Amino acid sequence: MPLKGNTMLLSLRHVTKTYPRAETAVFRQVSLDLDAGEMLALTGESGSGKSTLLHLIGGLDTADSGSVAVAGIDLTPLDDAGRAALRRGTVGVIFQQFNLIPSLTVAANIAFQARLSGRHDPDRARMLAERLGLKDHLDKHPEQLSGGQQQRVAIARTLAAAPRLVLADEPTGNLDEATADTVFALMCELVSETGAGLVLVTHSQRLAARLGRRLHLGAGQLIEGLAV
Amino acid sequence: MTGAVLSALLGHWRRNPLQLFTLLAGLALGTALWSGVQAINAEARASYDAAAATLGEGSYGQIVARDGGEIGQETYVALRRGGWLVSPVVEGRLGPVRIIGIEPLTAPRGVGPLGLGEQADLGAFLTGEGQIFGRADTLAQLAETGARLVDAPDVAPATAIMDIGLAQRLLGREGRIDRLILAPDQPLSRPALSTLAPDLVEAARQDGGDVARLTDSFHLNLTAFGLLSFVVGLFIVHGAIGLAFEQRRPMVRTLRALGVPLRRLIALMALELVGLGLVAGLAGVALGYAVAAALLPDVAATLRGLYGADVSGQLTLRPAWWLSGLAIAMGGTAVASAGALLSLARMPLLASAHPRAWAMARGGVRLAVLAVALLALAGGLALWGRGLLAGFAMLAALLVGGALVLPPLLGQALRVAEGRATGVLAQWFWADTRQQIPGLSLSLMALLLAMTANVGVSTMVSSFRLTFTGFLDQRLASELYVSASDAAQAADIVAVAGAGVKAILPILSVEAKAASQPVEVYGARDHATYRDNWQLLRSFPDVWDRLAQGEGVLVNEQLYRRGGVDLGALVAVSPRLTLPVLGIYGDYGNPLGQVIVNEAVFAGQFPDVVALRFGLRVDPSEVAALRKTLRDQAGVPESAMVDQAAIKALSLSVFERTFTVTTALNVLTLAVAGFAMLMSLLTLATMRLPQLAPVWALGLTRRKLALLDLVRAVVLAALTGALALPLGLALAWALLAVVNVEAFGWRLPMYLFPLDYLRLGGLALLAAALAALWPAWRLSQMPPVQLLGVFRNER
Repeated sequence: MPLKGNTMLLSLRHVTKTYPRAETAVFRQVSLDLDAGEMLALTGESGSGKSTLLHLIGGLDTADSGSVAVAGIDLTPLDDAGRAALRRGTVGVIFQQFNLIPSLTVAANIAFQARLSGRHDPDRARMLAERLGLKDHLDKHPEQLSGGQQQRVAIARTLAAAPRLVLADEPTGNLDEATADTVFALMCELVSETGAGLVLVTHSQRLAARLGRRLHLGAGQLIEGLAV
Repeated sequence: MTGAVLSALLGHWRRNPLQLFTLLAGLALGTALWSGVQAINAEARASYDAAAATLGEGSYGQIVARDGGEIGQETYVALRRGGWLVSPVVEGRLGPVRIIGIEPLTAPRGVGPLGLGEQADLGAFLTGEGQIFGRADTLAQLAETGARLVDAPDVAPATAIMDIGLAQRLLGREGRIDRLILAPDQPLSRPALSTLAPDLVEAARQDGGDVARLTDSFHLNLTAFGLLSFVVGLFIVHGAIGLAFEQRRPMVRTLRALGVPLRRLIALMALELVGLGLVAGLAGVALGYAVAAALLPDVAATLRGLYGADVSGQLTLRPAWWLSGLAIAMGGTAVASAGALLSLARMPLLASAHPRAWAMARGGVRLAVLAVALLALAGGLALWGRGLLAGFAMLAALLVGGALVLPPLLGQALRVAEGRATGVLAQWFWADTRQQIPGLSLSLMALLLAMTANVGVSTMVSSFRLTFTGFLDQRLASELYVSASDAAQAADIVAVAGAGVKAILPILSVEAKAASQPVEVYGARDHATYRDNWQLLRSFPDVWDRLAQGEGVLVNEQLYRRGGVDLGALVAVSPRLTLPVLGIYGDYGNPLGQVIVNEAVFAGQFPDVVALRFGLRVDPSEVAALRKTLRDQAGVPESAMVDQAAIKALSLSVFERTFTVTTALNVLTLAVAGFAMLMSLLTLATMRLPQLAPVWALGLTRRKLALLDLVRAVVLAALTGALALPLGLALAWALLAVVNVEAFGWRLPMYLFPLDYLRLGGLALLAAALAALWPAWRLSQMPPVQLLGVFRNER
């Protein structure tokens, strides 16, 4: 069910979410639109619900009320299998903790999601590995890499599947400033080349400033523009 | 400080009740199986000991008739007058009760009523109606004898002891004696036995009762099973303790940083383990008692049927048994925790506080090398080892080596599978399974040992059954066996049966000594029955013809091994005749050596021995008619006639009881291993979340992940089973060809039972699937928020 023109990639309408056993909602009646190719930075205090919002968009969690639609697909009625299919084919998530699969090699990790979604292109995977400086590490296992290298593998894994929407949750939070800058630049460059949309959750005002659009989540509400 | 540290340590168990349960249950189950089996063994042995003590077996020498018959009262009197310190015994059956009559005034100390407690009254025992000593259930069957019944729990089951005069009266054998007990100190001046009573022979004192020796093989199997079960339990405890210690590393570091001395910390952790070991040990002993109580009736029936050994069907709570159960639980805890405590003692104060991959095969290469070395040692001992000790060392090396080699072998197998997988899920599945091996290795080793024990013991018991039934076919070739009460009735039997049967085969035997061993010498008639049915283990080509011509003897395997008499070796049949060994035959279950000579040779050497037992060859359809003829015309009572079919049916029914016991132990051991797997999987379930959550986030449903976990457990069990089969067969071989030979002097041939192995494999897979079912179900139902916890940045 397309919601708003052909370029609309993400649409949240009046979304409310309360944590289990919590008395008040983490956010209430939140709405948000994102077009294809658009890059958005989401900032906020710790515990403000940024990651939770990202999880709702990625089909990792469900909202208490309201609707979430990605690439024209309304997530609300989807069951577990439907949301899993969305995660395989439409969205890609990059985590702060990298969350690579320790039992697989770097090459297998990069190809993993693309193969799951049936969109594996060895040339593209090779190109991503080269661009992200992983060419010499393809046969290694994640624990043999540095934090920066592991995050590059996570980015390559997401982009190899060519998702229409990339969700990045503090992707450079575990890296030093110099490495973080390099990884962040590469990620933005590659996402931009694919024409996918990007929602970046970050604490860093510096990184957020480098994206075209910024939203701040505070007191359960989204505020367009600079953080307060 | 101690209180504060203890409270911190115990807090771990409060926060991890499942781990505490795993530890206690693993130790309790292992102890239960071990102490249950020990309880059965102890009960059976106590019964043998009671029987042996009652009869003076094992403690005193005895004098018996050379032909195995009765001893006349006058011969006994002659011996006493000649200075021999002997005491008469008469023995017989009154229904199901074994009646033993003794003469208390002449019996050596420890034999008879003087050793039977406070109620023993010599006067009452000897005079009037007399006294009968026995267990309450035995005495209940002797209520009509008129004698005073005295409850004596120490008397062997189904046995009653009384004065010889009363026993002779009850048995209808006035003036008859079965054997004479020899006092240990005899006057040096007494005349030789051969002068006073040439028909009597002195039987050497034996180290244990015949019954005990016959049943030792059975008990050895049970003990081996119990020990293996305990080792399986030990693996569970080792895993639980290892995990608990690894998880408490951060706390240990903090406590040490706060000033708690390392020595105090280790002592308190050891104290904590002692407490846990005691609790688990007590629970294990109680469970063991329940296991033993459930199995004892079948074991008792098996022993009674197989060996004629009376074992009480009721369990007694013996202090030695439950104390040893507790001791083994404490010892097991000490063994399982030694490594963890040592590692803690060596941990530097600033070591990583994060729990390491606790179950990672630390020094995996070192363990693999150790495993190969142990397996090589087992092979070396199998080839060149001698003696029972070497046999047990080989078993231990084989089992421990086999268990240690499992993780690296599984790793290799999974690596190959991963290399061959084409799909992305299959590739991940194999790689992830390989990664789970360290965490599951202890429970998989437990499963391996359980399956190995099952394959090994089942193969041995089934081989025993097959051999024994084949052996019965050989030995019980005659359709009807008849015993005569004396020579006159023996002649009647021959006369009456002569016309209606195909052959009459007299069974002649005497006790003698050959190759420095006590033996039974048999005289065999030359007949097709022997030639067609007896299968010799080794022989010269024309063995039966040469035996018929009196040119040599056959010996049983026991004499061949113990006396070292191989083919061609000379054996003294009597002081006047020495003949070469022509063949060696299997003689399973018999503790004594045997020599078979031709009937004519036997008659020449032992002219006074008359055959009182006969095997009659007759058409099976005519057995009933022949029995009737013998009963009516020769006065042979029904109880003196046994037909082949009845004996075989009885033997087979006894084996079914044996199988009930081994099957129960099989299932219990597999259940313990399944429990170990369940506990490992539940423990790993939480630790695995960081590996599963990303795969879920990348688009696999929880249900699919759960299904894959279930398949993973089954695949690992199947691969473990693939190693357990050869290991179990090696165990069976070791038990049959090494331990049995060293312990009992005869070797059982080994047979394979593929269908049994398939069924066992199915059971193991079922156990693994059941163990994985709950963790898998929990994963399939896990709330997304729990999986999302893995991705939380502020974890």
